[in-house]
Amino acid sequence: MSAFWSAWVTVITLAVILGCTWLLLATRKSEPHKEATEETLGHEFDGIEEYDNPLPSWWFQMFLATVVFGLVYLVMYPGFGNFQGLLGWSSTGQWEEEMQHAEETYKPLFAKYATLSVEELQNEEAGLKMGQRMFANNCSLCHGSTGTGAYGFPNLTDSDWLYGGDAATIKASITNGRNGGMPPWGAVLGEEGVRDVTSYVLSLSGQQVDADSAAKGKTQYQALCTACHGADGTGLQALGAPNLTDDTWLYGGSFEKVAHTIRNGRNGVMPAHKTLLSEDKIHLITAYVYSLSNK
Amino acid sequence: MIKHETIEKNIGLMILLIIITISGGGLAEIVPLFFQSSTTKPIEGMRTYTALEFEGRDIYIREGCNVCHSQMIRPFRAETERYGHFSTANEHVWEHPFLWGSKRTGPDLARVGSRYSDDWHRAHMYNPRDVVPESKMPAYPWLFENKLSGKDTAKKLEVQRSLGVPFTDEQIANAQEEVQGKYEIDALVAYLQSLGKLHNNYDKVR
Repeated sequence: MSAFWSAWVTVITLAVILGCTWLLLATRKSEPHKEATEETLGHEFDGIEEYDNPLPSWWFQMFLATVVFGLVYLVMYPGFGNFQGLLGWSSTGQWEEEMQHAEETYKPLFAKYATLSVEELQNEEAGLKMGQRMFANNCSLCHGSTGTGAYGFPNLTDSDWLYGGDAATIKASITNGRNGGMPPWGAVLGEEGVRDVTSYVLSLSGQQVDADSAAKGKTQYQALCTACHGADGTGLQALGAPNLTDDTWLYGGSFEKVAHTIRNGRNGVMPAHKTLLSEDKIHLITAYVYSLSNK
Repeated sequence: MIKHETIEKNIGLMILLIIITISGGGLAEIVPLFFQSSTTKPIEGMRTYTALEFEGRDIYIREGCNVCHSQMIRPFRAETERYGHFSTANEHVWEHPFLWGSKRTGPDLARVGSRYSDDWHRAHMYNPRDVVPESKMPAYPWLFENKLSGKDTAKKLEVQRSLGVPFTDEQIANAQEEVQGKYEIDALVAYLQSLGKLHNNYDKVR
């Protein structure tokens, strides 16, 4: 703040405080009338009259106390323009102090857990608890507060993994995020083709489907789908292509839902967390996620 | 010495004295902010909203999101751990009007951009309980039906420019084309993903 604005703030602040004090003193009843009397102001409405008495002294003194409080506050805390106050307090300073304190308290804790592997952390109750709290804050909106997921957002408590459930892969998923890349096939296959492939895909998990349609779909499947989902439909974790032969369906396993997925594609995104969370925190969250399916 | 009776019985004098007294606060606390670089100069590398994001911002205002969600992270550790770096004035220089909010029924959104996927936002807006069973946020299914015409978008950007937001001629010329035919949900999600992402000065892990 420039010297001009600093002076501007200081002068106006003082002027207002002194002005209020003056007003208080100037309108005070003169000495001889300081005590309460029966004298009225002389006007009367519907028989109601008004005494002409001074402010009760406790009230008057409280006004003065607020003035004193204000002046003391302005000396101790920043308020007079660039004057920082005798206490040297600032909101960012207070925040930095808080952060510093947290760093000193929690850094050794995080450092201790950072030396343990995710597998070793499974026996550290306190460490897993920290991971659980951070999961609740950062992950539960999509994956649910207990990790059971939601429609379109994977369940982390079962043993079925899109990209793999070992510690390193879970950590990579959290750190760098994931981008699902199921392309839309509606335009390529046409509506009939979509339904045929759907029939075949559902037959992979042993569901009752129209045999003719599934047979036609198989040819299309082999031409278009095997690169990611494999010839036998068991998927490919390197690409995050799901296993189609089990009964886990991220986007629903009914005929219409599967047809919709084939027709329009799916592009589920797991956001990268390396720009949000430190490595030590991701390590503990990984340990917690790992614990969900490795009880 | 003046008598309080004099002030009380001369309404003009009383009004004058009241104005003088209460304008002191504004003159000392508000007026200097119009002339400080910390409040008038945008943070380094700040970009403007795209036309689509800007329309999303208007939907955010229309639906009253700012009634339950703040966009103001205070300098407390409890907040910066959860939401990211605390908000600073120079991040809001181009915000007309500010959407700081004053109440958090839901979480702060100042840096919600890129925290969740577009799909998550869409599922969440269609019915929050589909993804967060504990949520009490209302559902906004009509955003998936209403389309934007983009009829007023260019005009809106022009108005913002007259208030000092540096939208370019090109942005204004392409504004309608950019938003026309898009669903309201597309605009809103684009806006949400831009929050906290208009510059990268505070991209730091916590």
